Amino acid sequence: MAEAMLAVEGVHAGYGPRLALKGVDLHIDRGEIVALIGSNGAGKSTLLMTLCGHPRAKQGRIWFEGRDITRVPTHDLVRCGLVQVPEGRRIFSRMTVLENLQMGALTSDSRHFRPDLDRVFALFPVLAERRAQRGGVLSGGEQQMLAIGRALMSRPRLLLLDEPSLGLAPLVVRKIFATLEEINAGEGVTILLVEQNAYHALKLAFRGYVMVNGVITLTGTGSGLLANPEIRAAYLEGGG
Amino acid sequence: MIDLYRETAIFLQQLVNGITIGATYGLIAIGYTMVYGIIGMINFAHGEIYMIGAFVAVMTYVVMGMLGVQSVPLALLAMLGVGMVVTAAYGWTVERIAYRPLRRSFRLAPLISAIGMSIALQNYVQITQGARVKPLPPVLPGGIHFLEETGFGVKITWLQIFIWTVTVALMIVFTWVVARTALGRQQRACEQDQLMAALVGVNVDRIISLTFVMGAVLAAVAGLIVTLQYGVVDFHIGFLAGVKAFTAAVLGGIGSLPGAMLGGLLIGLIETFWAAYFSGAYKDVATFGILVLVLLFRPTGLLGRPETEKV
Repeated sequence: MAEAMLAVEGVHAGYGPRLALKGVDLHIDRGEIVALIGSNGAGKSTLLMTLCGHPRAKQGRIWFEGRDITRVPTHDLVRCGLVQVPEGRRIFSRMTVLENLQMGALTSDSRHFRPDLDRVFALFPVLAERRAQRGGVLSGGEQQMLAIGRALMSRPRLLLLDEPSLGLAPLVVRKIFATLEEINAGEGVTILLVEQNAYHALKLAFRGYVMVNGVITLTGTGSGLLANPEIRAAYLEGGG
Repeated sequence: MIDLYRETAIFLQQLVNGITIGATYGLIAIGYTMVYGIIGMINFAHGEIYMIGAFVAVMTYVVMGMLGVQSVPLALLAMLGVGMVVTAAYGWTVERIAYRPLRRSFRLAPLISAIGMSIALQNYVQITQGARVKPLPPVLPGGIHFLEETGFGVKITWLQIFIWTVTVALMIVFTWVVARTALGRQQRACEQDQLMAALVGVNVDRIISLTFVMGAVLAAVAGLIVTLQYGVVDFHIGFLAGVKAFTAAVLGGIGSLPGAMLGGLLIGLIETFWAAYFSGAYKDVATFGILVLVLLFRPTGLLGRPETEKV
């Protein structure tokens, strides 16, 4: 069996004394799109941040491409190819669109900058139009595109996305998800997608994990989970 | 009857002097404002860094004398260079030992540590260098005189021209670094969102260290300038200069680089003109009085932006 790209083994973590993650196990294979769904406060965002070393795992191990990254400092993970688009997008609002993309390219070779920038502008033409504007004046959807574009500038091999659809109009959500599919299929970027919008996420994903109260309770293929009546009742009622 | 020519000459002379002293406040204020911008803390030991810069300038001068260096430009260059490097080392060390260990501590901890650091550095210089003032002979005498027919005469010394040139050059370089370089982008990213900066690969600790180093370099130049201008230093000069530069930073809008320059210039001009036209004894009262007024009507300072986007 081929080694998983990302393997999370018995990870406990949290901010402060109370643990939000109580022994999480999951793995992601190269080239997959994996969805992680669960209700508010289940620990999904904490898991993504723990993968990036903030907070650090109190117990357990995180392996990325065969390397133990449990103790690797946050700022070194980008160079390993592990890149996150965090919850709330967190674009640098007082910097221009171009500067935000330059920040994304911080760790990559300067020779790649031009072609990478053209690629991001091709994916999101609106960013090219707004390159000189401050990030803070963009609409929510544009900010999400900028956050994804910034992440792509660092040439990720595994892209972690935390609620990219949050607060966006359905049309924009569809555009974002289509782009994720394109990034995955066209460029071979592996994707871990955290979503409350379970229907869209599971439709897009090869596999999915369900998280409840800091542990993984269910796993299966995207379509399998979508068909599961428990999942339908808990996460999809009124959705889709 | 008022002699208008004479009055103009006096006014111009005060302007020249005010700009010169304002330049030093501006240079020190940038250190306060940059550090505040990036870690939200007032580095109360920054005045002491400036004082150490002044001492290093004097010591470099003495060493140059012992080495038999006669050339004034060479001596000035050495004072500038050595001052920047040694003072930067102090700035870096202070952050490393007094602030970084407290990064995750409660908000007031680094502030208290900064006050402690300030006292420690003062005493350290007092013990190692003695409490008496250290004199420096005029390195760059002479200047340009004009409007002498008014009976007052305006004098711009070569030294003042040197001070202005160095200050303007440094401010251009630093503004360019912050606005246009990868280092400046990383600093601004850390100011806005340290966690996100780390997520794109910024080594936040390293950028904070570099910010302290940059502030210390500018304080070193201010120390050199004041030493050359007044010809004396002692271990105590850091306190008042530090408070005034801090005032300048707040006046201009703390966190704003152009604000610090503007604030420094204004404080220099206010105290010079107040001393010339009203009373030398109350010049500091005037300075701080204007600070109070500005803060009452514009709490974010002249060029500061309102705190709205802190998450």
